[in-house]
Amino acid sequence: MLDAALPQWGRVWVYLAASPLPGLTLTLSAYAVAHAIYARSKFSPLANPVAIAIALVVAVLLASGMSYHDYFAGAQFVHFLLGPATVALAIPLARQLPRLRRLFLPLCCALTAGCATAILAAVVILDYLGGTAQLIASIGPKSASTPIAMAVSEKLGGLPALTAVLVIATGIVGAVAGRTLFNALRIDSHAVRGFALGVASHGIGTARAFQVSPEMGAFAGLGMGLNGMLTAVLAPWLLGYFL
Amino acid sequence: MIATFAILLLFQCAGEAISFGFGLPVPGPVIGMLLLFAALAASARLMAIVETTGSELLRHMSLLFVPAGVGIMTAGAAVSGHLLGLALALVGSTLLTLAVTALVMRAALRHTQAGNPDA
Repeated sequence: MLDAALPQWGRVWVYLAASPLPGLTLTLSAYAVAHAIYARSKFSPLANPVAIAIALVVAVLLASGMSYHDYFAGAQFVHFLLGPATVALAIPLARQLPRLRRLFLPLCCALTAGCATAILAAVVILDYLGGTAQLIASIGPKSASTPIAMAVSEKLGGLPALTAVLVIATGIVGAVAGRTLFNALRIDSHAVRGFALGVASHGIGTARAFQVSPEMGAFAGLGMGLNGMLTAVLAPWLLGYFL
Repeated sequence: MIATFAILLLFQCAGEAISFGFGLPVPGPVIGMLLLFAALAASARLMAIVETTGSELLRHMSLLFVPAGVGIMTAGAAVSGHLLGLALALVGSTLLTLAVTALVMRAALRHTQAGNPDA
């Protein structure tokens, strides 16, 4: 009866699903909800908004039967902005130039050692435990910021989506375990703690460092930026031996 | 805002062109970032133009990872059977990276006697 009276309404979903609207709306709504939860948790690293938003979108897609392909047709407009945002990472890094100049040598040593450790340790452990080449390429760049890690993973034949999830997990592990580990190693300097957090755990580690002190945060931001650049250069070269 | 986006896209184009042209394994946007970093170090005026909008874009960067991350729902087959390996590699390497970076930086600071970096 209703169908006969309003024939258009039965096809509304089909009509909307053919446009980019549902994918875009879902992405922004899920992120807004996830961010509210994150703020509610007083910015706990365990309530990472990206992880929650991804889980929400996946749940909605599975419940509605919408395919990832159809979802991405809309969400690609958000995805595209990753490129310019990656370029924009140069802005906070250039702001840190005075610190970089002052401590150039110690920071270079720590960065090179940390970057190589992040890539090699992950790849060697996974290779030993029987990981496939695709998985090794996906985990190699996981300590870099998400856009850089995803781009590197894609270039090396990994799965960018898996890399995105591994990057977030890496950030959470570092942010949660950092303090205990530094205490055990008797590392007290906020500069050293911050830089190590940034190198190992990118933006999530940096956000955690800013909660402790602005200085720890500044060094974490520097570590994150430098490691992103170095990972993009070192990962293809180091992974060449495992792929 | 428009000027900043134009500048960011220009640098991304340059990065993509260099990456593709030379057949480099480094992603184009990363090369664009390196080029912008060099340009910002050289020009305070450029920094004044891009800083506000650029920082605003970065503040909401987390949102931009969501579409790609949702792709994890299609990665089930590749991951199944390797979850433990991935978890061990991830946790082990992250803890090791924190320790190595911090210990090397502390040793290098003492060696160069750069003074108190916390100052």
